[in-house]
Amino acid sequence: MNHALILPLLLPLFMGALLLFAHRANKSTKRLLSLAATWTLVPIAIWLVLLADDGQLRIYALGSWQPPFGIILMLDRLSALMLLVTAVLAGFAALYACRGDDERGPNFHALYQFQLLGINGAFLTGDLFNLFVFFEILLISSYALLLHGHGQRRVRSGMHYVVLNLLGSSLFLIGVSMLYGLLGTLSMVDMAARVSAADPADAPLLAAAGYLLLVVFALKGAILPLYFWLPRAYASATAPVAALFAIMTKVGLYAIIRVFTLVFGSEAGELSGMVDLWLWPLALLTLGAAVIGALAARSLQVLLAYLVVVSVGTLLAGIALGSEAGLAAALYYLVHSTLVAGGLFLLADLIARQRGDLGTDLISAPALRQPLLLGTLFFMGAISVAGLPPFSGFLGKVMLLRAIELGADAIALWAVVLVGGLGMLISLSRAGSLVFWRPSAEAVGQPADAIRVLATVGLLLGSVMLVVAAGPLQAFVQATAAQLLDVAPYLQILQGGAA
Amino acid sequence: MEALFAITLGIMTASGVYLLLRARIFPVVMGLTLISYAVNLFIFSMGRLATGVPAVIGKSAEYGDPLPQALVLTAIVIGFAMTAFVVVLALRSIGELRTDHVDGEEPRK
Repeated sequence: MNHALILPLLLPLFMGALLLFAHRANKSTKRLLSLAATWTLVPIAIWLVLLADDGQLRIYALGSWQPPFGIILMLDRLSALMLLVTAVLAGFAALYACRGDDERGPNFHALYQFQLLGINGAFLTGDLFNLFVFFEILLISSYALLLHGHGQRRVRSGMHYVVLNLLGSSLFLIGVSMLYGLLGTLSMVDMAARVSAADPADAPLLAAAGYLLLVVFALKGAILPLYFWLPRAYASATAPVAALFAIMTKVGLYAIIRVFTLVFGSEAGELSGMVDLWLWPLALLTLGAAVIGALAARSLQVLLAYLVVVSVGTLLAGIALGSEAGLAAALYYLVHSTLVAGGLFLLADLIARQRGDLGTDLISAPALRQPLLLGTLFFMGAISVAGLPPFSGFLGKVMLLRAIELGADAIALWAVVLVGGLGMLISLSRAGSLVFWRPSAEAVGQPADAIRVLATVGLLLGSVMLVVAAGPLQAFVQATAAQLLDVAPYLQILQGGAA
Repeated sequence: MEALFAITLGIMTASGVYLLLRARIFPVVMGLTLISYAVNLFIFSMGRLATGVPAVIGKSAEYGDPLPQALVLTAIVIGFAMTAFVVVLALRSIGELRTDHVDGEEPRK
């Protein structure tokens, strides 16, 4: 049993608790502690990725209660990859926050650590009820982070976010307890084994529980009928929080991948692949609706929030294909869209700070103090997120478009993805030309803070890194997809077949 | 007993959903509370409804499943914390926005 698995949980847990006790300590101590803890997660995550890359499944049985009886943490390639993406994103967002955004309230850094605890826990846990608990941890920290500081806009959008997620939690509990009532277990690998051996008469009830879980994950992941909370919430959050939230929709998508490849995966008999039929049209509709939203956006942050929804739709299309190539494309796109969306949220804040009172509203404002620097970064982020070469968005889209076999589905996917890309390009060039080329007066703002620029550039350079390292990364996501679709090794965990 | 229990849960959930859709903060909080009560009872019932059976495996052929009770306990604690958070948020929203509508503004007539 390798104790490395529990480090991504213990570190933010203890640091968060310490920061709570030290909430009267001076600012620089808190910043140092928080940054140290957040950046330590990066080498830990790299170590876990290297561990997971041998293809062996690793479990950490809490209290040495062996599966199926105890709660386990489970490390496979997918969870290691998600941990690494979270750590990198959180590191740069924390760096950005340390230049002033954390001063709006005394407990920003403690909340930030608890948020990381919830996200890391959701990626590592192998137990469905535990997944619920980690969801609640990340949600309650996200409520507090979203409402951090004052402002009417934040309270207004926070109310919807909180009430919707509370209702979602109730549905989650109903789904989990139904599965427990039918299968008598909460461990996901044990569930997978018992679903495959379930009485056919129970199949409709199991399917109902599965669909309930899908609704909950769709709410977290912002899929079509359930994404209307997202643009307002993300647009009103402070920049580092909005950047960190770029991973939050991916937690919902991760849960969809995990539950519907493992519990209702290829071994689940007539229930296997039951959601693919639903995910496919929902993915395309989400993508389409989000592009329309982006075209209609009246501020840069709302536009970026809709681009997050676009990435959800694109990712979901890859997942819905249910094939190894589709899943691999979705995972590559996931890494790309998380880093670039985070970087763009930070960049929007840099832009807002140089435009005076108008912030990021898309109307003519005084000229920017550093149009060349910010313009270059915006141009880079925009072509990456819209999926044009030479950046990572292009590679992700090519992988997705090549993953589908020729046919009616392929025509639908290509049309939606390519026309959607055009829509994104139009909305981004409209926003960019307004911000950079049509100033109404001389520049009034101060030059941007160097550390803030560094954090933004760091995240946007992720897009370049993904192209430079495209070979190994593609091999990794391919292996991840293959591992996810082969359920037998997961079932071996029950017989002690894990390290 | 099962039918009575199911009908009770159904009525509670329906009332909760009705209150939730009132879109005013106090009814919404009440609605969320009712729904979470119904959910807690539902989890409890997933250990099967029976009376007079021991909670220890092996003492008799029938035994009460202790796990749903542990789950209910967790769910109650989390639900309680979340309700407290919504109440505080609601107070702040009334203070800052001067309305108790969940949209933060009075609906247009």
